[in-house]
Amino acid sequence: MTELLEALGLAKSAELLSLSPPGWGRNLLRGLAHSLQIALGAYALGLVIGLFGAYGKLYGGKVTRDLLAIYTTVIRAVPELVLILILYYVGTDLINKASSAMGGGRVEISGVGAGIWVLGIVQGAYATEILRGAIQAVPPGQIEAAKAYGMPAVMTMRRVTIPAMMSFAVPGLANLWLIATKDTALLAVVGFNELTLETRQAASSTRSYFTFFLAAGALYLMVTLLSGRIFGWIETWARRGQPSLKGGRM
Amino acid sequence: MGPARPTLAQGGADVIDLKALFQPHRIVMMLVFAGVALWCALSLRWDWIPEYLPLALQGIWTTLWLMVASLVLGFLLAVPLGLAQAVGPWYLAAPARAFCTVIRGTPLLLQLWLLYYGLGSLFPQFPWIRSSELWPYLRQAWPYALLALTLSYAGYEGEVMRGAFKGVAKGQLEAAKAYGMPRLTLFRRIWLPQAIRNVLPTLGGETVLQLKATPLVATITVVDIYAVSSRVRSDTFIVYEPLILLAVFYILVAGIIALAFHWLEVRVLGSGQPVRITANTR
Repeated sequence: MTELLEALGLAKSAELLSLSPPGWGRNLLRGLAHSLQIALGAYALGLVIGLFGAYGKLYGGKVTRDLLAIYTTVIRAVPELVLILILYYVGTDLINKASSAMGGGRVEISGVGAGIWVLGIVQGAYATEILRGAIQAVPPGQIEAAKAYGMPAVMTMRRVTIPAMMSFAVPGLANLWLIATKDTALLAVVGFNELTLETRQAASSTRSYFTFFLAAGALYLMVTLLSGRIFGWIETWARRGQPSLKGGRM
Repeated sequence: MGPARPTLAQGGADVIDLKALFQPHRIVMMLVFAGVALWCALSLRWDWIPEYLPLALQGIWTTLWLMVASLVLGFLLAVPLGLAQAVGPWYLAAPARAFCTVIRGTPLLLQLWLLYYGLGSLFPQFPWIRSSELWPYLRQAWPYALLALTLSYAGYEGEVMRGAFKGVAKGQLEAAKAYGMPRLTLFRRIWLPQAIRNVLPTLGGETVLQLKATPLVATITVVDIYAVSSRVRSDTFIVYEPLILLAVFYILVAGIIALAFHWLEVRVLGSGQPVRITANTR
């Protein structure tokens, strides 16, 4: 193994990327873990917001619908970087105000919490649109039948609407997850130690930019490809019992 | 068939219907909004604007030309990328697919920093580059910003154009061949126009996404409008006012792009052609 790396001229890169110091591999993996943690949290928060948002847009009153339209339009028109800054400052201000109102001092906000809050709100806007489209694609007869049986609204949602819309929502939600993983990189700009910032620190202190940026790119790509595979399984599972698309196309 | 009413994939940008706008609850909401805007104008600090206006205008110009240039160059790259993936032989299709996968699978910020810091630290080691006429440009940041934005747009659009080229009905191409059209004319007159028209709504959404990608260039010292707002914040410690103006600027430009594509769609697709709307979120 060592001779092979030597022969390829990669010995120095391997040493830089090794897990034990002086290698920076452990830092990169820690960054990746932070990135995934935030992406998962933001994705979950986004799904919750999206579900409420979609129901509000479809069944809410006039004012709810208009407010949600403003939310989704504004979030999707403003760059994520700007939203991150705005939401970050608003969030820290609100928490500090609340804390001083209750007689506490300044609160230190954890980077992970701030990242989840900021990206979750952004994800919520996209999730609202995806889930709204998916719910609309469910044949209305199915939901009406559930109502006719006297099912309460929440039970209808849990037993009929959500399982029936899953197959329509999964491709969009898979896309959204990829956006979540890539958007965590933007938190580097506000100084949060996720993968991209860890990479930059490693790169600028060792001056070997290509090694580290390519390694980080490989890590992101691995996450992307692996997620694609997992969402493929989820889609197969969500489509279970439905007629195969393959037969229809042929 | 009546004229189709295309909607933008990016959503919600229908032609404004005045009757719908003046429902009672909307009038109340508009009044509330006007009140908030008035409160912002009166009680927030705007005295920094005159000092930073020239810089802001320069920043707006930088943002817009970076966006337009990367759109044009990226699209020129995306056409061969899409074509290679749709109908190319494997030795062209495989690299094109790999390129699109890598670009779409990694964050743009990482690509930008790889090009700027990586190439930027590599070039000075070669004396012939330092003595070349390109060196004054390579020492600045904007060529790297433009390159990264172009490659990113090409990667996403290559994937879109692959579907677009495949989606053109075979009969159309066969008919053109039967007329004895040379291959280049066929591509120029039949294949490309139909492919673009199929994905026009998607392209509108992607253009807005490209606008939203431009502030990243501020991280490699290009002074776009986002960088100007950051400078105001760090110089004067005024946090919200520049950010609000920045958000308004991006909303306005995104709105103009949406309207322009809406107009284009009505013109191009207005003859009752079915519009294919692809979900597109990056």
